[in-house]
Amino acid sequence: MGLLSDPNRRRALINLLTRLNAPICGMPVDWLVKTMQARGLEVFTQSFSRTLPFPDENKERYMVKGTNVYGILRAPRAPRTEALVLSASCSPGDENNQAVGLLLGLAQYFRNQIYFAKDLIFLVNEHDLIGMQAWLEGYHHTNTTGMDWTPLHGRGGSIQAALSLELNSHVVTSLDLVLEGLNGQLPNLDLANLFYAFCQKLSVLCTIEGKLQRNDWDSVSGYSQAVQTMMLMVMKQASGRPWGDHGLFLRYHIEAATIKGINSFRQDKTDATTIGRLLEGMYRKLNNLLERLHQSYFFYLMPSLSNFVSIGYYMPAFGLLAVILLLRALDLWVQLVTPPPRNEERVNDIAQSCPGVLSILIPLVISHLTGVALYMLPVRFQEMAVEHFPVSETEAVVLTAIAVYTAGLALPHNTHRYSSEGTEQGWRVLKLVAVLYLAVLLGCTALINFSLGFILALTLVPVAAFVTPHVPKVLSAFALVFLSPACTLLFSVFFYQELQEMPVSFQDGWILYLSVISQGILDHYLYGSLVYPLIALLVYPCWLLFWNILFWK
Amino acid sequence: MAAPLTLLFLLAVTVRAALFNSSLKELISDRVEVVSPLTAWKRVIEGLALLDLGVSPYSGDVFHETPLVIYLFHFVVDYAEVTFMLADLITAGCLYMAVKDYNKQVFRKQKFALEADRYPLDCLELIRSPKEMHYIPLKVAMFYLLNPFTILSCVARSTCCLNNAVIALFILSTIKGNLLLSAVFLSLATYQCLYPLVLVAPALLYLLQHQYIPVNFRRPNFWWLVAQYLFMFGGSLLVVVCLSFFLLGSWDFLSSVYGFILSVPDLTPNIGLFWYFFAEMFEHFRLFFLCVFQINVFFYTIPLSLKLKDHPVFLIFMQLSIISIFKSYPTVGDSALYLSFLPVWTHLHRFLRNIFLVSCLLLASSLLFPVLWHLWIYAGSANSNFYYAITLVFNVAQILLVSDYFYAFLRREHHLTYGLYLKRKDGSEAAMVLK
Repeated sequence: MGLLSDPNRRRALINLLTRLNAPICGMPVDWLVKTMQARGLEVFTQSFSRTLPFPDENKERYMVKGTNVYGILRAPRAPRTEALVLSASCSPGDENNQAVGLLLGLAQYFRNQIYFAKDLIFLVNEHDLIGMQAWLEGYHHTNTTGMDWTPLHGRGGSIQAALSLELNSHVVTSLDLVLEGLNGQLPNLDLANLFYAFCQKLSVLCTIEGKLQRNDWDSVSGYSQAVQTMMLMVMKQASGRPWGDHGLFLRYHIEAATIKGINSFRQDKTDATTIGRLLEGMYRKLNNLLERLHQSYFFYLMPSLSNFVSIGYYMPAFGLLAVILLLRALDLWVQLVTPPPRNEERVNDIAQSCPGVLSILIPLVISHLTGVALYMLPVRFQEMAVEHFPVSETEAVVLTAIAVYTAGLALPHNTHRYSSEGTEQGWRVLKLVAVLYLAVLLGCTALINFSLGFILALTLVPVAAFVTPHVPKVLSAFALVFLSPACTLLFSVFFYQELQEMPVSFQDGWILYLSVISQGILDHYLYGSLVYPLIALLVYPCWLLFWNILFWK
Repeated sequence: MAAPLTLLFLLAVTVRAALFNSSLKELISDRVEVVSPLTAWKRVIEGLALLDLGVSPYSGDVFHETPLVIYLFHFVVDYAEVTFMLADLITAGCLYMAVKDYNKQVFRKQKFALEADRYPLDCLELIRSPKEMHYIPLKVAMFYLLNPFTILSCVARSTCCLNNAVIALFILSTIKGNLLLSAVFLSLATYQCLYPLVLVAPALLYLLQHQYIPVNFRRPNFWWLVAQYLFMFGGSLLVVVCLSFFLLGSWDFLSSVYGFILSVPDLTPNIGLFWYFFAEMFEHFRLFFLCVFQINVFFYTIPLSLKLKDHPVFLIFMQLSIISIFKSYPTVGDSALYLSFLPVWTHLHRFLRNIFLVSCLLLASSLLFPVLWHLWIYAGSANSNFYYAITLVFNVAQILLVSDYFYAFLRREHHLTYGLYLKRKDGSEAAMVLK
């Protein structure tokens, strides 16, 4: 028993899939509406439009207009209070056509089952994440990103779980599970375990981060693969971008994951019917849920599909890094509070306590103003940059960001002209404030997005603890610049490519780095990702304070 | 000193006006750390709407303000922002004048004690000079107006600002020695949120000291002043309560305001200690623990008054801090009031032991409140334990701060009596230990 044990149904599905093999220009809204209605779903559409702040060169879009089509399969005998979503994004070309076909096949099959107690929403979204954002905002009546969309006419109750499909051929050799969502949020581990359990039951090869599962995790090569998988997950989580259409559901407390089909050069292929059976099994399990998935971990890192590292194991590592900063702060405090041995110093101290506040306030204000400039200037002044230089808008934005970042390095030599008290006490007070600021900032970041917090901590804590005006200036300046957030991002790009076993040359890596910066800025404006404002408004000013301390006179 | 004060007022008004006109206003008004079910502006609007419809504003268990507040806002609801800014300025002005007067008295007392040769010779470095005390009132006003907690409370239009203004007026009138005004403002403050009742003890102690009446139960003038003050206090409280009855025509407000404060039915998370406890408690034990928690707020009056009977202003500071930590629905605006007193005790810095730890804890917990709230309510990845953990850290930090200042104050008094460098009977160096 199960999907497509009936040969007629199987033939119908294969017909559907072959039909969709032809390239589609735009989205066939009318055809989708008709097909879904023919399968007995309640079909609705939603149109949306958005002008991006600057053109997206990866996906080649600037003014985006599209339509989402979704069909609701009502539960036959249950009240309409809960829903499950199955989504497939439809993009021009044959990127994801098989997924839409499988979705429609499943819709037809589920229509005839009587055991569903939750409504099933089959969503075909256009322009992948932008369409998904419009649909979710319409469904939950929020408007956080300034998109224009028509209201949804049909709803299905509160969504309990969602799965997103990416299939571009009708046979696959393995299924990849993508978990990382917006701002590094992850679905409940139960969802990942559910997927793995069904893969094993149906003997489908499954991967995470594109790496196959193996039997010998205890051997050296097994351990190294586990470490690589975990590092890939850390990098992906730290970027704060949604790595699949599911990434936007997590913000609304809906557990979601993306299942990607990968077709490589293996002999054993898995066809669409098996994938359909896997999805049917998963949906039957999700249908039986009495409450939202919350029993398992929300904070974890996965070295493989059968092992995970929970927050209880990885947080102490971060805690130890934060303790370095706190100990340094304590040390500075003790140095500041111990009264100096000679009597004539005391008069100077009292006179310095008032201008002391001013001399740390000025670097703080200037660093934060530079941070605000880094946040606002690139997008605001792209037109002016395009008039004066022969670059496209995207390049203008990215190069302005890099220019403002580098200009910030020139600052320390200017702030000291305005403050006359550049003494031993002054830099200690500034360093105390900067170290505490960094500790609290990293703590808050690690709680929300652990990977981002950890990577920033690894690179910023050593320099923050050791920098003083008395260390060798040239060496420390190099160290500080190499460990600054921008260079960390550059190295991460190269490292990520190495881990994916697709190493790039320096030229290509630099282009990739520029595109990563533009994607980061776009993610912030389109979906509300917090990485760009965090780095520009908080981490960069904090780093500038340490730069200031290094060049204190 | 008028010019820096005016400048400070202008700066405070600018910051608040800028925030009022930004999009952050609605965001801040929803934060549970800044508003409570007793002080939220949304509930005031709801109560006004019910009043306009002719229904009692206390029906429906939404509105928990006193009738005088609702009538005040009935007239000034269009100028609400100006009212709150004015309340903040009044508080800062009153604290400024009160602290200036208090400093003068402290300096005078110190002068008399020096002339009477009452201080041991080696503690001359503990004596305060007018120069260092000159900027303290300005610093107090600055600490109140530019405290982020106060700014957030004002922008959220939480009626905590009005409560703070009334308490500041009470402090000013007490320090000036005016019995009637002190009793009237204290009764207003008690009418507003019940807990300032504990401030009767320090007020009485201060007024007795001000009129040079020693605290001796056998003297008739002691009892005469106490009776006068209590009569004025009780009388004005009765007048205000009856006025409220006549304004609204029913006694609903007693159970909606005081019953609400004492029986804590609403368990919305806030920065206090009550909500988590009572959320998980069995009904059987609820009354017992309610009594324990409420007595905890009032209980410290007796031992503290006995210990600090010669220092009533420090007692006011201690009582204010205990109220703002242990009351049933605290907000950050309550903490801002006692935090603004800290510049008055700058001379105690050398005896403070935990100041670094306390500042780090306060800073970290204030910044982690919104993060853990987001993780609990929006991301769904955390749960109430995380938020309560941060609440506990915040309250422990406050308690450490207050007890540290208490220790430093007592230690300084001890040194002023027995000398700075303590020696045992055989002349060797001794160390002072807090038992």
